[in-house]
Amino acid sequence: MASEPHRSHLLEIEDLVMAFGGLTALMNIQLRVDKGTIRAIIGPNGAGKTTLFNLITGVLSPTEGTIRFNGHVISGQKPHKIAALGISRTFQTVELFDNMTVIENVMVGRHLHINTSFLKCGLGLPAIRSQETAIEAHAMGLLNFIGLADKANSMADSLPLGERKILEIGRALATDPLLVCLDEPAAGLNETETETAARLIKAIKGKGVTVLLVEHDMKVIMNISDHITVLNYGEKIAEGTPEEIRGNPKVIQAYLGDSIAVI
Amino acid sequence: MLRIRKAPIGVGALFILLFPWVAGRLPVIEHYPDLMVFAGIYCLVTIGMSLLMGYAGQISLGHAAFYGIGAYASGILTTHYNLNPWLCILIGSAAATAVAVFVGAPSLRLRGHYLAMATLAFGIIVNIVFREEAEWTGGPDGMGGIPGLDIFGFSFDSIHKYYYLVWIVVAIAFFFTIRLIQSPTGRALRAIHASEAAASAMGIDISRSKIVVFSFSAILASVAGSLYAHYMNFINPSTFDTLFSIKLVIMIALGGMHTIWGAVVGSVLFAFLSFEWLHQFGEYEIVVYGLVLMMVTIYLPEGLVGLPGRIAQRVRR
Amino acid sequence: METISAASQLFQFIVTGLTVGAIYAMVAIGFNIIYNVTEIINLAQGEFVMLGGLIMVFMHVTVGLPMILAFVATVLLVTLTGMLLDRLAIKPIRQPSVMTLIIATIAASIVIKGAAMLIWGKSPYDLPAFSGRTPIELGGVVIQPQYLWVIGFLAVVTIGLTLFFNRTILGKAMAACADNPDAARLVGINVQNMVLLSFALSAAIGAIAGMTLTPIALMDYDRGAMLAIKGFGAAILGGLGSFSGAVLGGLLIGLIESLGAGFLLSGYKDAYALIVLLLVLFLRPSGIMGNFEVTKFKRF
Repeated sequence: MASEPHRSHLLEIEDLVMAFGGLTALMNIQLRVDKGTIRAIIGPNGAGKTTLFNLITGVLSPTEGTIRFNGHVISGQKPHKIAALGISRTFQTVELFDNMTVIENVMVGRHLHINTSFLKCGLGLPAIRSQETAIEAHAMGLLNFIGLADKANSMADSLPLGERKILEIGRALATDPLLVCLDEPAAGLNETETETAARLIKAIKGKGVTVLLVEHDMKVIMNISDHITVLNYGEKIAEGTPEEIRGNPKVIQAYLGDSIAVI
Repeated sequence: MLRIRKAPIGVGALFILLFPWVAGRLPVIEHYPDLMVFAGIYCLVTIGMSLLMGYAGQISLGHAAFYGIGAYASGILTTHYNLNPWLCILIGSAAATAVAVFVGAPSLRLRGHYLAMATLAFGIIVNIVFREEAEWTGGPDGMGGIPGLDIFGFSFDSIHKYYYLVWIVVAIAFFFTIRLIQSPTGRALRAIHASEAAASAMGIDISRSKIVVFSFSAILASVAGSLYAHYMNFINPSTFDTLFSIKLVIMIALGGMHTIWGAVVGSVLFAFLSFEWLHQFGEYEIVVYGLVLMMVTIYLPEGLVGLPGRIAQRVRR
Repeated sequence: METISAASQLFQFIVTGLTVGAIYAMVAIGFNIIYNVTEIINLAQGEFVMLGGLIMVFMHVTVGLPMILAFVATVLLVTLTGMLLDRLAIKPIRQPSVMTLIIATIAASIVIKGAAMLIWGKSPYDLPAFSGRTPIELGGVVIQPQYLWVIGFLAVVTIGLTLFFNRTILGKAMAACADNPDAARLVGINVQNMVLLSFALSAAIGAIAGMTLTPIALMDYDRGAMLAIKGFGAAILGGLGSFSGAVLGGLLIGLIESLGAGFLLSGYKDAYALIVLLLVLFLRPSGIMGNFEVTKFKRF
């Protein structure tokens, strides 16, 4: 892959280091993600994948290094500010708003796109009410896109896991992001549910949204990713297209260990 | 979507409207409007706290401090500076907001027990100030001579008139808060309560939201305190102590922490318990409250407003 | 007439501060034990101290038991109260959330305080000092022998607990629960019993604090809340969960309070410890001995 000029990289990570006291979770990470692609981050457990996500989305502040997104330096910024710049995410432990309905969960995603204040809301100004109608319509549209429109008014915690994961993706899309970070969207899903999730992720790419994906399900990874980055013990050990990664001995070794013969 | 049920509001409004007239007809409950003035004042505080605790999920064990700030602002500014009482209420609210932001900004970053202890400590410190700065506050003996409220010559100088004044303010606060909960801001608060991590990933500024709600609850408590001061015409620090802060929590837990109705029901019930039904127990009152609170925590976590739901569940089985 | 020199006044404040700080340290240790096993902050901790003092008065002064018997009887009764608190107020809660647990311990403290008020009334009670009231003079400073009892008991408690948690099977089992309750359950440790034991131990230590404090500062039904919050401040200052932190935090808070009241405004005495608590919570919630990074990942 020839090195691309700066401008087409939506996300750029340079010399990233994350250390917690004595433990170094990530070391010397370089990453460049092109707009409109699906980039998978894979690696054995403990490789630092979720830490990387937490750094990109502002939950953590890097010990060293820079993260640049769409021209802005985002490393060390607060999560809500990074969300405003166009990054949204899902969580490994599905973090839905269980005290709300399905459609309300998605409506929260529109928070960045409304002009509101505490006072205006309490006074019940007509401007707020008309925005609310627009939010509801937009959310309904998204629910149609992800296939959960019929469950719009059910409580989020009444959904089975597969649908909860899909809902979380839908909520992440409600912010109109440029980049969406999906943390193990297929974990715990059966084959049908996994296929639904994979199709949804491809549809997201079809809408022009860039996808960063942490996943363990190799079939999904190989099927939908444009590029794959492999982490092990906090370091990048390989990067390339699915074909390049598939036969990469370092990757196989990382997952299986030396003693097992390469098939 | 949260929909307000119109029926309970209609019933409640009618009740409040007609209550003094009914009470005037029955000598046995003639003094109830006075009791309901206090119930209304408590409602003002608990409505704000309910938003803070039930929706934003932040506990406050020191809200008596804001109640006291409003009361003493009214007391000090009227007796020392002869300011118009309405202006004092405004200044008290501004002072309460300033304190809420100053204390809230660092405190609301804390979670759970740490936040509870911070608010507890804050409440005690403010109470100590009320006790110590006798030059301004009259110290432990309190301060009197606080004027009542009047507007354009109309004086709220009877219990019935003050009753309607207080409950009009409660109605305003109630409707404002209900509308807030149904709005995008209300949804953002519920999101924060459910998952702060996800809420901030959706672009919600958690710190700012918490401080705004905290300040709002402080303003309501302060206005309540001012209304109290202008009603009693006398205040002393022991009204604004940790025990009252805990009584406020009891009102909310008893009524139901997760709805604004719970705050109203809990406050009215508490006023009746405190002034009327438990009065015979005298000092034992507090033990009863403790036991009630324990029972509610174990058997009725949604409070009294959750009772019909629970009974319905049992009946269905 | 001898004028009290500023230096000996300072030393006097320091001695008082260390003594009252030792009490706060014991309260803080009580907090830490329960917190370490359950991650609950027991807001009723101060009531154990109050009960320790008042029940000791009852046993020794009213009933007339000799000191040692009264001591043992008091510790047993307060320990029982602690265990009842766990079983009646905490364990029955079906869906424990932080807020519910806070409210539950507050409710328990109200009930205990109310009961104490019913039994003993509102006036403060005195207890004879354990070894008399003849003051010991050390270089211009007057020390009541009871102060030494307080500090002595703190030392005994601290050493005893350290040995208990590090050397005994029971202690190690409790420490295991603190670290990882699921793993502890898997190796056969009854976590619920460990929780009960932690409440029992905290209550016992609280009782000891109360008994040694009463001859110095009297005891009344209302003392618990202030002791609890200052003890909590000590625990946080030292680093929640750390015993050495509790001792350090307690002594520091005692000193700050004593010196503040002595040299600054005495009416604000109680406020000093509380301001320290707020500052610690705002600036460095992990405390002196706590691990800053670890605090960020704590459950609450």
